[in-house]
Amino acid sequence: MNNLSRQNLTRGIFRENPILVMMLGMCPTLGVSTSALNGLGMGLATLFVLILSNTAISAVKSLIPNGVRIPCFIVIIASFVTVIDMLMAAYTPQLHSALGIYIPLIVVNCIILGRAESFASKNTIFQSILDAIGMGVGFTLGLTLLGAIREILGAGSLFGWSFLSEDATPILLFIMPPGAFLALACMIIVSNRLKEGK
Amino acid sequence: MSYIMIFIVAIFVNNIVLSQFLGICPFLGVSKKISTSLGMGFAVMFVMTLSSVVTFLIYHNLLVPFKLEFMMTVVFILVIAALVQMVEIILKKISPALYQALGIFLPLITTNCAVLGIALLAIQKDLSLMQSICYALANAMGFTLAIVLFAGMRERLSKSRLPKAVQGTPIALITAGLLSMAFMGFSGVGN
Repeated sequence: MNNLSRQNLTRGIFRENPILVMMLGMCPTLGVSTSALNGLGMGLATLFVLILSNTAISAVKSLIPNGVRIPCFIVIIASFVTVIDMLMAAYTPQLHSALGIYIPLIVVNCIILGRAESFASKNTIFQSILDAIGMGVGFTLGLTLLGAIREILGAGSLFGWSFLSEDATPILLFIMPPGAFLALACMIIVSNRLKEGK
Repeated sequence: MSYIMIFIVAIFVNNIVLSQFLGICPFLGVSKKISTSLGMGFAVMFVMTLSSVVTFLIYHNLLVPFKLEFMMTVVFILVIAALVQMVEIILKKISPALYQALGIFLPLITTNCAVLGIALLAIQKDLSLMQSICYALANAMGFTLAIVLFAGMRERLSKSRLPKAVQGTPIALITAGLLSMAFMGFSGVGN
């Protein structure tokens, strides 16, 4: 794999991580990260849509007139989101109902439109797929980590496996809405500190 | 559900931003000054109410008779995008003053997940036309209240000195967390 490909693949995972650095896709990030499993599910759904949409947009980029490109991108993205929505309803009904309204809202996730506009509409199919994988994996990692932190502190479990004794009380606040803001703020502060140290 | 209850629940108990996490991007992005956040709030109110009417009519008169409910997401996002564009053009022509005030916020609203989210939720909850209008208006008012309160807090915060790692988004998120905690005091009302 040459240097450019490697750069495109790893950019989204660390240096331009969508959650910790770019602050994109905040609504699903805060909304579904109540447990590590929900975070992982949402991350994978977004990854899937991102790969498909980047591929499709990169493939048809020369056919789309410049003036109407954003509506075209939105229709392509929305079609893939509908596919994922129906697949998840059929095969993972439990996860589908846990994620609820946030699945159709993948359409307006800024990461996907952002990558379509700034990367897939200018690069080859192969590079766009690498970029989508990088960004999607970065988003999934961030979301799962946030979900894990909130689940450990707020419910005393990880991926549904409980490690607290019966009489211990977890910090319920962390699985409630305010906990999402506070946990994400702490994650970003830690990542900023780590970057400063470099 | 009575109309007053719709308003109380949507504004205070299930605040769209602080407990449902819809419309976080404009909430964090356009909340540095009270005046701009108020403009954003009114633009959202306008578009959200209008789009709830249009999406309701399209869903019940076009999608349901042709059994195309699964196309909901695709159709709604297109309708909202077109609607925002149309509102922008009409406002420019009819009321330049209002356009001056709301104009810059309108393009941002297309990708505001709150507008699409409320349109989808109103369908999911099986509300009537009048109820969905109230539901959309109430949620938009909740959005405006949250963003204006938040902007007020951020205006004060900008005068304080913070460690470098906390500046910007982290402190904004912590502030939002505290605001959300305050709104949790309303939970249980209306159930």
